[in-house]
Amino acid sequence: MIKKYQIIVVGAGHAGCEAAWIAAKMRLSTLLLTMNIDTIAQLSCNPAIGGPAAKSHLVREIDALGGIMGKIIDKSFINIRLLNESRGPAVHALRAQADKIKYRAEMTLALQSLKHLDVRQGFVTEVLVSDGKAYGVKTKNGTEYHADAIILAPGTFLGGVLVFGDIRYPGGRVGEPASNELSENLKSLGFQMSRFQTATPPRLHADSIDFSKLNEQKGDTKIRRFSFDSERVEVEQLSCWYTRTNEKTVEVIRDNLHRSPILTGSVTGKGPRFCPSIDRKVIRFPDKVDHQIFLEPEGRYTKELYCLGLTTAMPEDVQELILRTIPGLENAKIMRAGYAVEYDFILPWQVKLSLETKLIENLFTAGQINGTSGYEEAGAQGIIAGINAAHKVLGRDEFVLKRSQAYIGVLIDDLVTKGTDEPYRMMTSRAEYRLLLRQDNADLRLRPIGHQLGLISEEYYARFEKKRNNIERTLRRLRETTVSPTEEVRSFLIEKGSGDLKKSVSLFDILRRPEISYNDLVEFFDLETLDEEEIEQVEIICKFEGYVERQQRQIEEFEQLERVLIPRGLNYRKIPGLRTEAREKLSLIQPLSLGQASRIPGVTAADINVLLVVLKGVSGDVSTGA
Amino acid sequence: MLRDDTIAAISTALGEAGIGIVRLSGSESISIADRVFKPFREGSLKNVPTHRVKLGKVFDPESKRIIDEALVLVMRGPRSFTGEDVVEFQCHGGIIVLQRVLELLLNQGARLAEPGEFTKRAFLNGRIDLSQAEAVIDVIRSKTDLSLEVAIDQLEGSLSKRIQSLRDELYQLVTRIEASIDFPEDDIPEVEVMEMADVISSVQEQVIKLLKTADDGKVLREGIKTVITGKPNVGKSSLLNKLLNENRALVTDIPGTTRDVIEEVLNLQGIPFRILDTAGIRETGDYVEQLGVERSLKALDEADLIVFLLDASIPLSEEDFQILEATKNKKRIIVINKLDLPRAWEIKELSDIGETRIVETSLLSGDIDPLIEAMISFVSSGIMRSRESGIVTRTRHKHALEQALQDLKQALNTVNEGYPVDLVSIGLYGALESLGEITGETVRDNIIEQIFSQFCIGK
Repeated sequence: MIKKYQIIVVGAGHAGCEAAWIAAKMRLSTLLLTMNIDTIAQLSCNPAIGGPAAKSHLVREIDALGGIMGKIIDKSFINIRLLNESRGPAVHALRAQADKIKYRAEMTLALQSLKHLDVRQGFVTEVLVSDGKAYGVKTKNGTEYHADAIILAPGTFLGGVLVFGDIRYPGGRVGEPASNELSENLKSLGFQMSRFQTATPPRLHADSIDFSKLNEQKGDTKIRRFSFDSERVEVEQLSCWYTRTNEKTVEVIRDNLHRSPILTGSVTGKGPRFCPSIDRKVIRFPDKVDHQIFLEPEGRYTKELYCLGLTTAMPEDVQELILRTIPGLENAKIMRAGYAVEYDFILPWQVKLSLETKLIENLFTAGQINGTSGYEEAGAQGIIAGINAAHKVLGRDEFVLKRSQAYIGVLIDDLVTKGTDEPYRMMTSRAEYRLLLRQDNADLRLRPIGHQLGLISEEYYARFEKKRNNIERTLRRLRETTVSPTEEVRSFLIEKGSGDLKKSVSLFDILRRPEISYNDLVEFFDLETLDEEEIEQVEIICKFEGYVERQQRQIEEFEQLERVLIPRGLNYRKIPGLRTEAREKLSLIQPLSLGQASRIPGVTAADINVLLVVLKGVSGDVSTGA
Repeated sequence: MLRDDTIAAISTALGEAGIGIVRLSGSESISIADRVFKPFREGSLKNVPTHRVKLGKVFDPESKRIIDEALVLVMRGPRSFTGEDVVEFQCHGGIIVLQRVLELLLNQGARLAEPGEFTKRAFLNGRIDLSQAEAVIDVIRSKTDLSLEVAIDQLEGSLSKRIQSLRDELYQLVTRIEASIDFPEDDIPEVEVMEMADVISSVQEQVIKLLKTADDGKVLREGIKTVITGKPNVGKSSLLNKLLNENRALVTDIPGTTRDVIEEVLNLQGIPFRILDTAGIRETGDYVEQLGVERSLKALDEADLIVFLLDASIPLSEEDFQILEATKNKKRIIVINKLDLPRAWEIKELSDIGETRIVETSLLSGDIDPLIEAMISFVSSGIMRSRESGIVTRTRHKHALEQALQDLKQALNTVNEGYPVDLVSIGLYGALESLGEITGETVRDNIIEQIFSQFCIGK
């Protein structure tokens, strides 16, 4: 008998775990199929979650919506640091080194404990499609599973090829098989695919490292957490270490460049520019010799160290030679060599903003299959695919986050609307409204949405509402309380190292002064005590008010075009006055709104004006400023 | 694109037209117009019933200077072309006047209309029938494409080049800031506060300077400084009189002109030409003689354009060659006069005159249209390739510079008040976006490209 589910998720990497978690949390009967239950949520590359370039923002957003990544890393980190503290609240970045084994274990346990989720080992080779609609999958063992919606999250396994120098052989990750049948199946269904490549550095044995020659990087003494729901815990942290390459290293690499897959052509797919291999760095920046190398412990139950900065797919003997030149690593023993993996992905214009494919109804894709890179980027798509698959099954509207709401919105809009010619990675510079999309306010931005989706428990939501109310009440109080320049107030200000006060102002104005903190005011002005996170919000809103308001105005303007919806199936070929390029791009991408259309490369302001006029003709209710 | 703010534009073709119209549309039209217009009879535009005309003066509320006399037509929405409140200023046709009225309205809060935006608003507000959608599309299409073409064309211009170099400086700075933000562990040198402040103030100063001295802006505002030169009795005063008789400028009150030199202003197809030191020419009939070679050379040096008269009936003299030599690096037109008399020399004897335009005429009998045409083409080729779109583009450039200036000031304040770099970048992005508006480039994508091309990033 064929097992029937509401949702099937194929692949238990970071996208698949998130998607399965969400679908099951939304009480849909869900099946998570993975090639190997032992490698659920494997951190295939860097053993770290979060970090700069908006990665920590993504984790926080996932968590605010009800996702799982943040909760798991909070249980399994071994070193946690807040980066960018001096550069402004919007770009603070929390990064945790994960205990790779524990991360996997905690995720596996969390998923297996879900009431509506079945976790099962199975090697999917085919999506079952009838009449343009997906209705199930088939495994290599010949088993069929049926469902109302399917989410594919196969990572680098899709048509994967591993590269070690000149040696190439099929594989999805070292030691694991590639998923070639599924890739062929997608091609035969009509998907346009291309190839990307990514690589990872060697892992070294900790006992072979001379730590006396390395610099230590300790975790923060103040331990922060990713999930808004996690309790603070004290954990004994492990240190990371760093060193640098030198002339000798660069010389070794240069002498062996003829064996680099980049030059031999052994690697064909395009790789990520933000994660270049050491050989590529030497080619591109020949004058730089002192590249940073970080050593990161992979966990408490292993001696493996991740050797960040030495990503390469050069042959293993060259990797050994390179290590010999680096202070502290002279005698390093490689436990696993660095390598590259090449894989298939589908050109992302083939998916909607909901991550459902345009070609096959009820089929969703998430993660590297859509051309991204990174655990957090994958998780972000996983949660959106999970929610939308659930909505599809339940007959609800598509769930789309806007660029003005979340980095998740920026990420998916970029992918679908602009496409990508390298593995896409989030960066804060990609977001137009960075100051509002902070990691500290992800809950204020997205928790109500998560709650509405049924993903936040009442207990946690009550906690959130209390926080929000405290912040709002305090801000009101600050704005409404007038402070007169009495002797007492003036000496208080001077004592705090602030300037004199000449006329009456609000407490809000006082807090605006850079040297005054909320806690300074609490006692003197008899304000209520708030917890740290509440104070953070109050202070940011107060101290950066002008900038925040400016971005809010920009968002209002931005949203005018977002609100003009384009009816499904608008025939662009019949619209006069569109240039051919615009016509083709619009037909391909099928934007949901005029705003999305305006971001398609090759669509000009004139084309948008033409569309505006046409939409008025179609619907008759496109009004200015609506 | 979908904004309902108040827009303004010059809505008649610029050129010889006797009347030029500057049009406003949007909810603020009447109050904006009211701030720059004083009717001759009592009252304010705010109380004018719809579809009424008022005669009065357009003035600059800051300097109180009067710009023009104009008829102002108020049409309240929805009974107007666009369906919104519309105000039309019917001014004297010259470019300079229309341009200044438009700038006044922009300073008072109107936004320069996008190409075809009036038509688009009319359509969106139901003032143009749905069946005409295609025609509306054509208007928008052709105007937008034309303005884009001109904008790109204008990028060759000196103003645009300078804007480009400012943007490059800002790009450098933002790229470094953004790289340090997104890749804090990647050996990217920190951008020091002092350095940020230096770069921003330097760009800011350059923007201010550009706004003051923008070539064609000055030309439109102050007129093209023109000197008519040539040796005695060659026909300078009769040329001037002929020009003045037909084209004496309506506008005499031109800001920025020095009044210690008596001069005349010609209005040739809307382009103002300021003839320098004409007092000398008229009183003595001979200004080289009166001022002496030395002073006349100084006057030549200050000129934007030189009209150099030669007498075809007598052989070229040492003095002619002297003037020829003195003006060789200037924009000039050589007028060979007295062609009604027997010719004493040939053009080829004027060796080494480069690309100087030559006009042959007889001021006594012939007309001066070829000269006027040459003077105008000097302007349009050198400064404004296409006059109508050129003005629009120029106004956009200027507007972009002004926007950018605001953002730069804000960014500098942010630096000086000790805010973190992330907040500084808000103003800098704003400035880059303003300056990039003309070409519609995507600032963010460029920054990301530059980060990867300049820094060795990656783990």
